[in-house]
Amino acid sequence: MQEWSQLLTSANLQWVLLGTLFLGMASGVVGSFVLLRKESLVGDAMAHAALPGICLGFLLYGRELFALMAGAALTGLLAIYAIRAITAHSKLKQDAAIGIVLSVFFGFGIVLLTYITNGSAGNKAGLDEFIFGQAASLVFQDVQILLGTAIVLLMIALLFFKELKLLTFDPLFAGGIGLPVSFLHGLLSSMVVLIVITGIQAVGVVLMAALLITPAIAARYWTEKLGIMAMLAGIIGGVSGVFGAMTSAVVPGLPTGPVIVVCATIVFVCSFLFAPARGLVFHWLKNKKRDQAIWQEQVLRSIYELLETRYKEHSTSLVFTKKELSYFTHLPPKRVMKAFHDLQKQAFIGNMNDGYFYLTDAGFQKAYQSTLQYRVENVYLMYESQLGTPPFGTEDRDESETALDTMNTELRHLLKKENLEPISFQVYKTTFKPYQNDI
Amino acid sequence: MKTAVNVEKITVAYKKTPVLQDVTFSIPEGQLVGIIGPNGAGKSTLLKSILQLVPKTAGDVSIKGKTVQQQRKLIGYVPQRGDVDWDFPTNALDVVLMGRYGHIGWFKRPKKKDKEHALSCLDKVGMKAYADRQISQLSGGQQQRVFLARALAQDASIYFMDEPFAGVDAATERAIIALLNELKKQGKTVLVVHHDLQTAEEYFDWLLLLNKHLIASGPVSKTFTTDLLQKTYGGKLAFLSSS
Amino acid sequence: MSYDMWIILTGALVGAACGIIGTFLVLRKMAMIADAISHTVLLGIVGAFLVSQTLEGPFMLIGAVITGLLTTFFIQVLDSSGVQTDAAIGVVFTALFSVGVILVSLFARNVHLDVDHVLMGDITFIPFHTIEWNGMTLGPKAFWLIAVVLVIDIVFITVMYKELKITSFDPAMAFALGLPVTALHYLFMSMVSITTVASFDSVGAILVVAMLIVPPSTAYLLTDRLLFMILYSAAIGAASAVIGYYIAQWLNVSIAGSMASTTGILFLLAFLFAPQHGIIAKRLARRLSVTES
Ligand SMILES: Nc1ncnc2c1ncn2[C@@H]1O[C@H](COP(=O)(O)OP(=O)(O)OP(=O)(O)O)[C@@H](O)[C@H]1O
Ligand SMILES: [Mg+2]
Repeated sequence: MQEWSQLLTSANLQWVLLGTLFLGMASGVVGSFVLLRKESLVGDAMAHAALPGICLGFLLYGRELFALMAGAALTGLLAIYAIRAITAHSKLKQDAAIGIVLSVFFGFGIVLLTYITNGSAGNKAGLDEFIFGQAASLVFQDVQILLGTAIVLLMIALLFFKELKLLTFDPLFAGGIGLPVSFLHGLLSSMVVLIVITGIQAVGVVLMAALLITPAIAARYWTEKLGIMAMLAGIIGGVSGVFGAMTSAVVPGLPTGPVIVVCATIVFVCSFLFAPARGLVFHWLKNKKRDQAIWQEQVLRSIYELLETRYKEHSTSLVFTKKELSYFTHLPPKRVMKAFHDLQKQAFIGNMNDGYFYLTDAGFQKAYQSTLQYRVENVYLMYESQLGTPPFGTEDRDESETALDTMNTELRHLLKKENLEPISFQVYKTTFKPYQNDI
Repeated sequence: MKTAVNVEKITVAYKKTPVLQDVTFSIPEGQLVGIIGPNGAGKSTLLKSILQLVPKTAGDVSIKGKTVQQQRKLIGYVPQRGDVDWDFPTNALDVVLMGRYGHIGWFKRPKKKDKEHALSCLDKVGMKAYADRQISQLSGGQQQRVFLARALAQDASIYFMDEPFAGVDAATERAIIALLNELKKQGKTVLVVHHDLQTAEEYFDWLLLLNKHLIASGPVSKTFTTDLLQKTYGGKLAFLSSS
Repeated sequence: MSYDMWIILTGALVGAACGIIGTFLVLRKMAMIADAISHTVLLGIVGAFLVSQTLEGPFMLIGAVITGLLTTFFIQVLDSSGVQTDAAIGVVFTALFSVGVILVSLFARNVHLDVDHVLMGDITFIPFHTIEWNGMTLGPKAFWLIAVVLVIDIVFITVMYKELKITSFDPAMAFALGLPVTALHYLFMSMVSITTVASFDSVGAILVVAMLIVPPSTAYLLTDRLLFMILYSAAIGAASAVIGYYIAQWLNVSIAGSMASTTGILFLLAFLFAPQHGIIAKRLARRLSVTES
């Protein structure tokens, strides 16, 4: 406890925390745009491409932070330009273009780095800090720059939000309504370069990409709105930054950048798995539920059709076996079993204990509704142009009743005409004695 | 007549609601079959689910009485265009040769015989002169013909073709149809997704009318009726000259 | 053989092996998966070290294959659950790489396994780690490792040539023909992992990426035939290594970095001057057709 409070009050750690907080926020926000433009890995390439720029800046002006950053920005932009040129003027695809630019620029950066090392008597001048990042040793001046950049970027994002959004979703349309598309392109690219070159000091070249991508993709799982997504990504990035910096300050030997990335990744994995609506578990459950519902419905409908056929043949039997149904539905026996089990649990199907089953009253009702629903849809699709809005929700068909209550006379008429009107289960009730006594 | 394709109550769902529901039909051998329906009716989905390229929620498919997996060698598939990388370093002949891979077997090289066969398939679609062309340097219609030749090279006995006439000129369409008729004469079954109602009656022996549900399946004489076609298109066909 | 010769030979073999395997990476539009694997292999090496406490070849290869497949698997899972491919790659490799770095800094501090080395390699020191057999010195370990892997690669590509080709060109068709497309994908990614780790020890992550992507891309611009693309790519990879080595000697700079830069220079040349797909050739063709008409 003592240590903790000591740590937290240490001026240096406070700077580091503030720095990583703002870095995470800004890169989350910028990353959202980058992600939706499907240029996530361009950020990666840019981070790598900064290395030769940093070295060039050093060669020309020495260890002036401003020179290093200017160099990084220059080669970063050059990298974007190179990627665009390769995809535009050759048959190579974007992934290869990014890979080429990334590895060649970085390789050249290493060449320059070793050139500097060898030239100035083994003094790398701490340039390889840029490869791995030195978040733990951020000092006041670094944080000032970080803060400044982050605030500027957040302001730009806020100011041009509308335009950037349109550029992201539909650049052609944006051009069509007279937005200065190439200016906005340039603006976004500059934003990325700016965040990348400030970020690599803290987390390094390799992991800078994660700060852009991971918070943004995690945020994507919680919302469909770009504004909210950018905000969430900013928060996730900021929290990961702070948490990573704290953890590595507490555990000796733990590097800051990787811990930040791991934090953000954990948030992503949780979102990926558990986010409502878009999460994997949710999806999986939904699909499973859907399939089971389809099987149940199919089984019920098949039962109903079976009974209808018998009715037409003046047969009085109202019971059926699993085998019969398996044959009738063309579902594998296992799925019929499952459907039977579920339907029995809901008391739609009753078991006579000798392999024979029957529909309960509720089951009759439900089977009738399913059959009617199915045939109404069938007829509706045939006469769509004559009928108004569909009698069933196109996406949500959960409430089967509501649609059919309001079914209009025209549809009923068409059902009759197509010979598709289900025989009402009332008919069964009156025609036959109760099935319990029947057997 | 023997059954070539038997489909029982196929239901396929991508999202919440099914896009194909309880589709059931069976097609006798040696027929040229047109699959007809409005956009989004599930025609491509039907072919894909028969070939197990998308999972089915329910339903059975059999090809000549056996499962699809057992009959892979009998099946030829021509997908709806545009799913391949046209810049791939390969020429027309090479693409057609890929149709032979099912027959060549693992690890073995295509023999001279296979090459000759591939060339003759190219010839049949009138593309022999372009055998050495890189495929991106062919026109859209020519690319389509190469893919058709690839299907021919498969020597399948049941073909599934997704809109082979999309984007080809009238002459090419005639040529393709002549070719399909020749396949039919050899006793093969061909299922073709088709959009043009004007020509459907003339081209096919058998029609599958589809709009999420199966509207009808049967010989053209029974299925190519104004009533059924109107039903397939939800009553939206404004004009139907051929009936 | 001389000290220099071993380095050049090893570099050339790396270039050839990566060039061959990389061809299919580029054609399958998986170039950035190579980038991902070359980073995550670090985790495999650390893992193998933590388990076996050695840095011997076989353990490293196994570790690399496992992480390579794991990387592929994770990317595939994200991809098939609707995450954009590029973002999926970015998330997976940065996460696994971070875990690798953390493990190194917590448990393997004093081992010859610093991250510097992983990124940039140590080709200069290759000749010092040799294999001895019956008292004879057979040459550097790194050389033999990559030589063996190159042979495996060649055998793999030769045997599976037509399967690789069709699954790269038209996976749906391959599936419809009944080929095990997914199994082939993982098999191929295992080959990428093995090749990466064998190259890795000598030249580091960055050069591996360069060698896997750039020479095949260069070859892609030079030919329209798959077989030639593979051969050109291997040759360009090897040539980049040799030229890069001499440039590095001349300027006294990083050998791996210089080799990577050389692949870039050769690519630029092809991009500009390739007979059919180069910018200049295309411009000329356009001008000719304009003047003709
Ligand atoms: N991969 C997919 N994910 C989600 N929905 C899909 C997918 N593929 C198709 N669909 C939907 O399934 C329905 C049927 O699509 P399908 O491609 O089978 O139609 P189609 O009859 O071939 O149409 P077209 O004539 O336009 O080719 C459409 O509503 C479509 O939106
Ligand atoms: Mg379709």
